[in-house]
Parts: sequence; C-alpha cells; structure tokens
Amino acid sequence: MREIMDQWHFVWAAYAIGILGTLAMVIWSWLSMVRAEARRERIRRK
Amino acid sequence: MHGFANPKRFLALARWLTPLCLGSGLLICTAALAWGLFEVPPDRLMGQTVRILFLHVPFAWLGMAGWSTLALSSLAYLVWRHPLAGLAARAAAGPGAVFTALCLITGSIWGRPTWGTWWVWDGRLTSMLVLFFLYCAYIALAGAAEREGISPRIPAIFGLVGAVNLPIINRSVVWWNSLHQPPSITMGKSAIDPVFLVPLLVSTLGFTLIFVGVVLARMRALLADMQAEARLRRKAMEAA
Repeated sequence: MREIMDQWHFVWAAYAIGILGTLAMVIWSWLSMVRAEARRERIRRK
Repeated sequence: MHGFANPKRFLALARWLTPLCLGSGLLICTAALAWGLFEVPPDRLMGQTVRILFLHVPFAWLGMAGWSTLALSSLAYLVWRHPLAGLAARAAAGPGAVFTALCLITGSIWGRPTWGTWWVWDGRLTSMLVLFFLYCAYIALAGAAEREGISPRIPAIFGLVGAVNLPIINRSVVWWNSLHQPPSITMGKSAIDPVFLVPLLVSTLGFTLIFVGVVLARMRALLADMQAEARLRRKAMEAA
C-alpha cells in the first residue's frame, strides 16, 4: 500500500527545528558572553 | 596569526566582529530561507522536500567545519601554546555539535518522504553520528580538564585524533554503497541546477557567518571567565 504524505509537513518541521535550534544557540551564546563580561568588569572594579 | 593570539588585540577585533557576523548572518539566512521556501520551484525528483536542503547542507558543512576549526586550533595550541587557540577549540565545539545535531535531524526529516525511512546505518549517516558523539566527548573532556585541573593538552590531542573522522565522512559515499547521493559539489564543478545552487550558497554563507559570530561570542565568554578567575585568585593570594 502506498503511503500518502504531504511533503510540506516535512518541510515546515525541518525549518521549525533548524531555525529554532539556530536562534536558541545564538541567543544563549550572546547572553552567556554578556554575563561573563559583566562579571569580569564587576570583579575588576571591586 | 600570532598577532591575534594577544587577548587585547583579539578583543579589540572581536568586539565589532561578533555583532557584525551575527547580524549579517541572521539577515542573509532569513533572505535565503525565504527564497528557498517561497521562490524556488519544486525539484523534478524530490518535489517540495528539496527546500530542506537549504538548511541540511549548510548544517552538514558547519558540522565538519566546526571540527576542522577545533582540530586546527588544537594543533596551534599544542605547537605554539597560545591560550587563545585552546579557547578557540573549546568555543567551536558547542556550535559544531549543535549544527551536527541539526544536520542529522533535518536529514532524517528529509529522508522519510524521499527514501521512505527516517534512518539507515550507512556510511555517511553513521560517520556523521560518530562526529556528533565526538563533539559530546570533547565537550565533556574539556569541561573535566578545566574542573579537575587536568592538562588542557589532553582535549587538544583528542581534537586532533578526532579529525580522522572528517575524510571518512567526506569519502563515505564513494567508498561504500549508500542511499545518500554522491558529492554534488566538487572542486569547481556542480551537478546542481543554478536555480537551487544560488540560494544554497547564500544560505551556506549566512549560516557560516552565524557560526563565526557564535564562536567569537563563546571565545569572549571563555576569556572573560578565565580573566575573572585569575583576578579572584590574585586577590585571594594578596589577602592571605
């Protein structure tokens, strides 16, 4: 029996995972950089 | 290269390069993915699923480029003992692992309607999965080296040894029978129609800029942590 699949469902799933994964990585790396540099400055000023 | 091993010079460059790479990368990716989703026609054989390749191919390239960066930085660390080279290797591991995982997931989603299966244990897929495990092992090893005070040369040697997997991934579709198609882009030649090739190259450029931006941000975070810890140690010694 031949399966009927809407290819667009697979396209949307791949785009959602790819874009969300990339954005999460960018936001996490940016925030961890800002936090680490702020901590260094705090310690330097003490 | 040696000039940028100086943390001050590196920071002066990275301060403006990090937001530039991330911002331009995100803009280019948005344009390339919108192009791939709404402008590119469906492929004669793959149909609509060809659009997944505008994500999957850059992820695969960056998974491998990530380990190449890690291995070259590890080599620079072992040869010249530049602390920044060690930081660059550690900084490349995270984004490399994320892009490899995204490559495996998007490839699996592409494989289900195209091959009729989510996964096959063939050379290309298995060697890419091995690359993901190598990243996980490197991240664990580098973290343990920092926490337990083990020599940072051990993760650097691991980074170099792990590079053996890169030619295996590259040649896997040539050496073994595989469901995965043979290389479509080789030196100066492409089997891909320009209607697909141009957005693919633009998308690859965008994701590469994001990768560079994330590596620079991770390096800045690791460097700031290292400098903060050094200052705290110095203060504790002065107080004692």
